[in-house]
Amino acid sequence: MSTTSLSNIRKELKKEQRSLLLKRFLSNKLLLTGSVIMLFVVGIALIGPFFLSYTPYQMVVENRLSPPSAEHLLGTDNFGRDLFSRVVYGAQISLGVGLAVAVITSVIGLVIGLLASYYKTLDHILMRICDGLMAIPGILFAIALMAALGPQTQNVIIALSIVFTPHIARVVRSKALSIREETYVEAMRAQGASPLRIIFLHIAPNTISPLVVQATFIFADSIITEAALSFLGAGVPTPDPSWGNILYDGKLVIFNAWWMTVFPGIMIILAVIGLNFVGDGLRDMIDPHTKPRSKKKRPNLFRFNFQKARG
Amino acid sequence: MGIYILKRIVSLLPVLFVVSVVIFGIVHLTPGDPASYMLGEEASPEQVNELREELGLNDPIPVQYLNWLGGVVQGDFGDSYFMNQSVLDAIFSHIGPTLSLAIVAEIIALSISIPIGIVAAIKRGTATDQSVMVVSLMGMAIPSFLLALFLALIFGVQLGWLPVAGYQPLSNGLWNHLQYLILPAISLGAIQAALIARMTRASMLEVLNTDYIKMARSKGMKERTVIYSHALKNAFLPILTVIGATFGALVTGAVVTETIFNIPGIGQLIINSIERRDYTIIQGIVLFVTLIYVTINLIIDLLYGFIDPRVRLDSK
Repeated sequence: MSTTSLSNIRKELKKEQRSLLLKRFLSNKLLLTGSVIMLFVVGIALIGPFFLSYTPYQMVVENRLSPPSAEHLLGTDNFGRDLFSRVVYGAQISLGVGLAVAVITSVIGLVIGLLASYYKTLDHILMRICDGLMAIPGILFAIALMAALGPQTQNVIIALSIVFTPHIARVVRSKALSIREETYVEAMRAQGASPLRIIFLHIAPNTISPLVVQATFIFADSIITEAALSFLGAGVPTPDPSWGNILYDGKLVIFNAWWMTVFPGIMIILAVIGLNFVGDGLRDMIDPHTKPRSKKKRPNLFRFNFQKARG
Repeated sequence: MGIYILKRIVSLLPVLFVVSVVIFGIVHLTPGDPASYMLGEEASPEQVNELREELGLNDPIPVQYLNWLGGVVQGDFGDSYFMNQSVLDAIFSHIGPTLSLAIVAEIIALSISIPIGIVAAIKRGTATDQSVMVVSLMGMAIPSFLLALFLALIFGVQLGWLPVAGYQPLSNGLWNHLQYLILPAISLGAIQAALIARMTRASMLEVLNTDYIKMARSKGMKERTVIYSHALKNAFLPILTVIGATFGALVTGAVVTETIFNIPGIGQLIINSIERRDYTIIQGIVLFVTLIYVTINLIIDLLYGFIDPRVRLDSK
């Protein structure tokens, strides 16, 4: 008897949790707006190619720099290539680089942060290295790395991962340091669990939510930095389109072709704003201290104490 | 206070050590041999080897590092591979426009953001406050080089009010100097302005809620005095931190903005050096700007301890 009812209860609970999560998602305006914007941008990158009648590399020289028209929705660039298809494929490259950097920094940053939080000596070494890496201004660091590695798309990913990993490692470490002091971790240790087991099975899951928030911001930052690098000619190499190197071409003809600056620019802004909204929204959702979830339930006194505790 | 200053400086040493290793490593990560770049393709292996010996490239890597570090500590950043100049001379001949740009941007950012932040804090929750928050959020989300392109497109190309590219030194007259800097400085300052405005608002709100402000109000003090001489003074510490952090960001941001507006600063120097594979210049600029960055942060930290005695006492 008990097993069936128990599993039923479990199912009910799961259902309730899911609907609660949905409610929280829908009531979180930042997260909702951000997700809609990102759906749009990602949709352009993934579905866009099916509606293209030109490849991003196809040059029609007599159509150079023609303004937006029915034939070329966003006009053509200085080589007579269709700007719409370049922006669409550029979205794939720019978002792809951003996503790759976000994933790589998350994985490496997670491991570094966790190890640093658990072993004192390692902590001193790793955190000094992170401090050092973070002291070098990001864009300059990326430029120097790209100069050394050579302008290739995978090198952009490597360079940006080196620049941004310390940021993730810091966030993971600070969260893991507080988790480490929890009683349940102490209990695990008393039972003789191995450090690696404690770190990766019991501490790691609790650091995931701040990590995801930070990774969203890094996603946005790497889109900006990739665009800046490509714009300076030290990023994604031509003729591959990325939003940054479309802007680079656009700057050369800024007096004749506003569309080459405006459209990729708008895409970058949309992606960055969307990701920042998602990040802020996730943070509000995960961390109840920043914002009360529902206004009616929490007494005023409570809220006041929370704020005081934070400051 | 002396101990506090000493402590802060000592805590910087490991950071600077890592920075120096990383920056030295970047150049030695580079595939290819600087000596053969410098001599061109026709050079014989003997000539290349001779130059390698002369540049010290045949020494073991740790020895090369120590030699380089020894030079840097004495203010010798090495020589450019391509220009007949030492790295520091090259940097100093390009730093003027960059600093000029960063300072004008900071002035613009401060003169907009602090008043706006204060007003938003006073009118908390009203439409004014909300629009300030939305605009500042937008300001933070738009990358400065994009804003620069858009501003150049609108005010330079469409309206033709301001020049789109170029630079005039201050010696050619203030207006000549400024008109080339206005667009780049606005685009560079916008993000900083947004950050500072948000910080000012948050910091003011916190202070305005304290008891001593209530006290000042209830004894009938003029609102203006309460806000400007009581609240702002105490709200200023966190704002100061943001200003320090943003000035560092301004110097680096200037590097990118310069190339858009063809301003002959260190940004253009580093971009030209990438094309020429002039690695000592790249290395030198990154190191130089990082040192500026670290120094500014140190000064802010020290100012913090100077203004707020609690910071000093806590660190003991």
